[in-house]
Amino acid sequence: MSAEFPTVTQHAGEIEPGHSLWQDAWLRLRQNKLAVIGGIFVAILTIACFLSLLIAPHAYEKTHFALGATAPSAAHWLGTDILGRDMLARTLFGGCISLSVGLAATLVSVIIGVLYGAISGYIGGRLDVVMMRIVDIVYSLPFVVFVILILVVFGQHIILMFMAIGAVSWLDMARIVRAQVMSLKRQEFVEAAIALGLRRRRIILRHMIPNVLGIVAIYATLIVPSVMLLEAFLSFLGLGVQAPMSSWGTLLNDGRMSMEEYPWLLIFPSVFFSLTLFSLNFLGDGLRDALDVRASKD
Amino acid sequence: MPLLQVTNLRTAFYTRHGIVRAVNDVSFSLERGETLGIVGESGSGKSVTCYSLMRLIPQPPGRIEGGTAMFDNVDLLKATPEQLGSIRGKRISMIFQDPMTSLNPYMRISEQIIEPLLIHEKISRADALKRAITALEEVGVPDAANRIRGYPHEFSGGMRQRVMIAMALITKPELLIADEPTTALDVTVQAQILDLVKKMQRELGMAVIWITHDLGVVAGFCQRVQVMYAGRIVERAPTEELFHHTAHPYTSALQKSIPALQAKGASLYTIPGMPPDLSRPIEGCPFVPRCEFAQEQCKQPVALKGISPDHDTACLRVQKNEIVLTTNAHE
Repeated sequence: MSAEFPTVTQHAGEIEPGHSLWQDAWLRLRQNKLAVIGGIFVAILTIACFLSLLIAPHAYEKTHFALGATAPSAAHWLGTDILGRDMLARTLFGGCISLSVGLAATLVSVIIGVLYGAISGYIGGRLDVVMMRIVDIVYSLPFVVFVILILVVFGQHIILMFMAIGAVSWLDMARIVRAQVMSLKRQEFVEAAIALGLRRRRIILRHMIPNVLGIVAIYATLIVPSVMLLEAFLSFLGLGVQAPMSSWGTLLNDGRMSMEEYPWLLIFPSVFFSLTLFSLNFLGDGLRDALDVRASKD
Repeated sequence: MPLLQVTNLRTAFYTRHGIVRAVNDVSFSLERGETLGIVGESGSGKSVTCYSLMRLIPQPPGRIEGGTAMFDNVDLLKATPEQLGSIRGKRISMIFQDPMTSLNPYMRISEQIIEPLLIHEKISRADALKRAITALEEVGVPDAANRIRGYPHEFSGGMRQRVMIAMALITKPELLIADEPTTALDVTVQAQILDLVKKMQRELGMAVIWITHDLGVVAGFCQRVQVMYAGRIVERAPTEELFHHTAHPYTSALQKSIPALQAKGASLYTIPGMPPDLSRPIEGCPFVPRCEFAQEQCKQPVALKGISPDHDTACLRVQKNEIVLTTNAHE
């Protein structure tokens, strides 16, 4: 796709190539500086985190007991922790875990949540009642108890934490999509589609879901930070990522314990974490404004 | 054998305010290639009749309570999803009132037009696209090969209705149901759309049911007309006959309220009163409260009855030859 889009002005009689609502949204998003900066920051950080796995001069789990905690220096840009591990490597590795959790949970919530919500909302009736009560039941389980239960039954493993977070992250998405689909299905183009002989399955997949993707995209960018917070919270409680692996949550927890002697252990992970959350939220806000056709009159 | 034979169709809506009987014992038939107009004011049951045939009534609250609608030996009212799937969009198509909302805003026009082809015919995407472009050209969309890649919001109302027509006719249906397709358009575009449907009908030889509240549209287009009031057919006749030998006070009142037929400077004729509340049972003729000829006898039940071989009326007094309705169609 070319980088230059035609301007949105209307020329009478002149025919422009089909501009989808997505292209219009992209144009509007590009005008929102905060959202663009946020997007670029997240992109660079993601690349840096995953690249660090390959090219970091210091391995994140390599200990130097003799070195101990040192302040930032030329050799260790962000210093080292109590066990002499390089903080930059640990922070970037933690970023991998945190971002992966955010991404995985978002994928789960988009795939399961959207399908579940669309089917429930479109078909309606008794099926809708049953499907939504299931959501209510899962929703009403206290999250921490749920995670502890999973850990007790299956043992502690990082994949399980992914699953636990995934299992709860699609619930809101399903509800949002269901509500959207319920209002969409009363529109005339759905009647027209039925009158053209389309079956339910095709209507849900081809007509309902593409129409809710705008809202899904907005909500998904807001799920990423909330899930990352959730992961940090679990790791903070000692239920998430286990040493020697790190995530931003465990780094914060470690840093908190020694923040008076070695403040950089707390400061650097917090800065990374906060900046990422800020960026994602700005990006989400920008997307919301860009995709809401009614709110934007430019 | 007629293409479509509807017998005693009854459709009701179960609402919180009671049971609204929107269609009451409606029977009619349609031959291949014929054009039937269904006329009535808002809430007369003309749209619900056709939505029932297409099984587009939302259930609940709607319910088709009885009757049959035989379309080529299949009862549309009892057809299985498989049967419906092979009829809707293939043999019976429908166009809707509001072209602004009857296209999916997120899909390219091309995707929407080829959809019925991909479902109903064994055809490759490339061939389907070619046929879609031809179809758009036939309905008069300029520069169809480029415009087909556009989205609905890039089309005007008239153009969108043309797209809807192209979509409905691309599978060459035997029956087209048009639910007031010109109501939302401005007058010059109305005439174009009307001519377009006429042209397509000639080319494809399909039957058309044209739902409208505009007698003027009916006059120029339909071979036969049935007038509906309160979910019943009150008069049915060939178009000429209906205008020159009107046989129901409601039809005559409708004609009087066509602005073009009134003397210049005269105040616009309107039918006094309101259509009846369909959630209450109606004894006798439903038009009694608004009818200038109503008598005590009109409150007894009355059925649609022929006054000549192809002219039926549900007015008791016309049936008994007690009144002759004047029309002003010639003035």
